[in-house]
Amino acid sequence: MPYDYKPFPYVAPPGLSAPEPPHKVVIVGAGPIGLAMALDLANRGVPSVLLDDNDVVSMGSRAICWSKRSLELFDRFGIADKVLDKGMTWSVGRVCHGDDEIFSFDLAVDPGQRMPPFVNLQQYYVEEFLVERALAQPLIDLRFRNRVTGVDQTGEAAHVTVKTPDGQYGLTADYVIACDGARSTTRAMLDLDFEGEFFEERFLIADIEMEADFPPERWFWFEPTFHDGQSALLHRQADNIYRIDLQLGWDADPEEEKKPEKVIPRIEKVVGADFDLEWVSIYSFQCRRLREFVHGRVIFVGDSAHVVSPFGARGGNGGLQDVDNLGWKLAAVLDGRAPASLIDSYNRERVQAADENILQSTRATRFMTPANGAERLFRDQVLALARKAPFARGWVNSGRLSTPCVYALSAPDDLSLPEISRPGTVAPDAPQQNGWLLNELGRDVTLMALNCAAPAGLDLPVIAPRINDMIRARYLGDARQALYLVRPDQVIAARWVEADARQVRRAVDALWEGR
Amino acid sequence: MKLIDTPNLDDHDGFYAELLAAHRGLSEAQSHALNAQLVLILANHIGDRQVLSEALDLARKR
Ligand SMILES: Cc1cc2nc3c(=O)[nH]c(=O)nc-3n(C[C@H](O)[C@H](O)[C@H](O)COP(=O)(O)OP(=O)(O)OC[C@H]3O[C@@H](n4cnc5c(N)ncnc54)[C@H](O)[C@@H]3O)c2cc1C
Repeated sequence: MPYDYKPFPYVAPPGLSAPEPPHKVVIVGAGPIGLAMALDLANRGVPSVLLDDNDVVSMGSRAICWSKRSLELFDRFGIADKVLDKGMTWSVGRVCHGDDEIFSFDLAVDPGQRMPPFVNLQQYYVEEFLVERALAQPLIDLRFRNRVTGVDQTGEAAHVTVKTPDGQYGLTADYVIACDGARSTTRAMLDLDFEGEFFEERFLIADIEMEADFPPERWFWFEPTFHDGQSALLHRQADNIYRIDLQLGWDADPEEEKKPEKVIPRIEKVVGADFDLEWVSIYSFQCRRLREFVHGRVIFVGDSAHVVSPFGARGGNGGLQDVDNLGWKLAAVLDGRAPASLIDSYNRERVQAADENILQSTRATRFMTPANGAERLFRDQVLALARKAPFARGWVNSGRLSTPCVYALSAPDDLSLPEISRPGTVAPDAPQQNGWLLNELGRDVTLMALNCAAPAGLDLPVIAPRINDMIRARYLGDARQALYLVRPDQVIAARWVEADARQVRRAVDALWEGR
Repeated sequence: MKLIDTPNLDDHDGFYAELLAAHRGLSEAQSHALNAQLVLILANHIGDRQVLSEALDLARKR
């Protein structure tokens, strides 16, 4: 059954009849990232106007793999259970050369974490669930068929011009967040360009429906016989929908290749004749970003700020991590709880993350589509070696899947504590009596006191998790006790085996100053 | 510098002969493939990023 694209209602906005009072935040674009941004701000008490030029969710499925960290964020937005319920949890990937499997990997569902490593769910469902939450959230003013056609700013405020079916109006806001995707109008309005690499390769991406019972595993082929010498990917989604990616070569004519009479025979060679074509598109990919994500009162988040090839699932997942990073900072600046410079740390940290995502995606794309000469020689020989030597399997790159970036913080640390919870990492989850550590961390800067009392005289929430094996492995190692300072985005800001109130206070100050 | 660039291999003449023998009868493409695999195998065996970077620098030096 193909997805039913129900249009969301357009309502004539108040700004058409009389100027609207200034808003705190205007978000341009209600894709997954704009929706998540509005929900995160609302969770922190910040109202926003969310504008989208369209009135339906993403056409075609696009993103399918959602990472553990994204699921943890979905939990904060109240849609994780629906995503887990509807989606396909998977952990096994198989990598083939020719028609033989050369190795498989298992990302292994960790019983000590609430969320699995990955869930596959079509982007339109994720957007549908997010829209539902946004419409129910009184702090979000979601306006469909409101196309932003102009953006400009003074030192004090940003202005957008919006076109609707009933005419044009303007909005003023403290901040404009551009979540308008890879072809961002806002980016064009500010005369900004992406920098980076474009790949001269075309891929056919199709979603097909079939009653097969392929396991929910990621299958990747280098040079399969069914697709003469190019690469192919097969991955299961919800509703018996499967994603197929086929490398086509740069000379392929996109219009020609999109025609069902061309597409169907190609796919038949992969899965047989018994399927329906739901969606097909031809892509070439880029790994590029804006030099800066913050431009005064205009902030770029998601695909408007950076784009990657999809091998590694770093686009949508990376964008959601942008949201996680920006939400608490912007809320604090708008409330006057932090200096505007805190927002610069969004730029610094998410540029670091984008560079990591771009590096990983570029390497994977290059491995899949090597240039002739030495690149192709080594690629082919890594594949040949992988059949006979275990070490070479790790060198085979069909995409390094999204994990959160570890921010480069110069924060107090104690090297005797475990590496996986060092400052800059997202706090690893662990079970607690009735729930999970990440749910106990809440939305504020929190001090986690393990096997010790928090220093007296601190004005911040303290949690004292129950010590179990998982907590010990992730947060204590051989230490008897520890203190962890955790940011509102659940990133570890600093940690000590022992600290006094002054040391903790200093780390809290650094955190709010974005250092 | 961590890379050993002074004599370190016993019977280097013997190894050199073995290396040439391994290429005997191969086409140019097959020889390239063998060399590429050899580089990858040895790189993994060496297992030291700094040594490998220094080896690449030395190989590229004119
Ligand atoms: C084939 C493919 C596979 C992918 N697979 C994955 C995956 O498995 N996992 C993953 O994490 N990511 C994946 N991605 C990437 C993912 O789809 C994107 O990163 C994600 O959609 C970015 O979200 P966004 O909200 O930033 O932008 P978009 O989804 O592009 O949303 C932008 C929104 O802004 C609106 N808009 C644009 N201009 C204006 C304007 N002027 N005024 C008002 N509204 C405007 C648009 O209508 C749209 O709703 C994949 C992408 C592709 C193409």
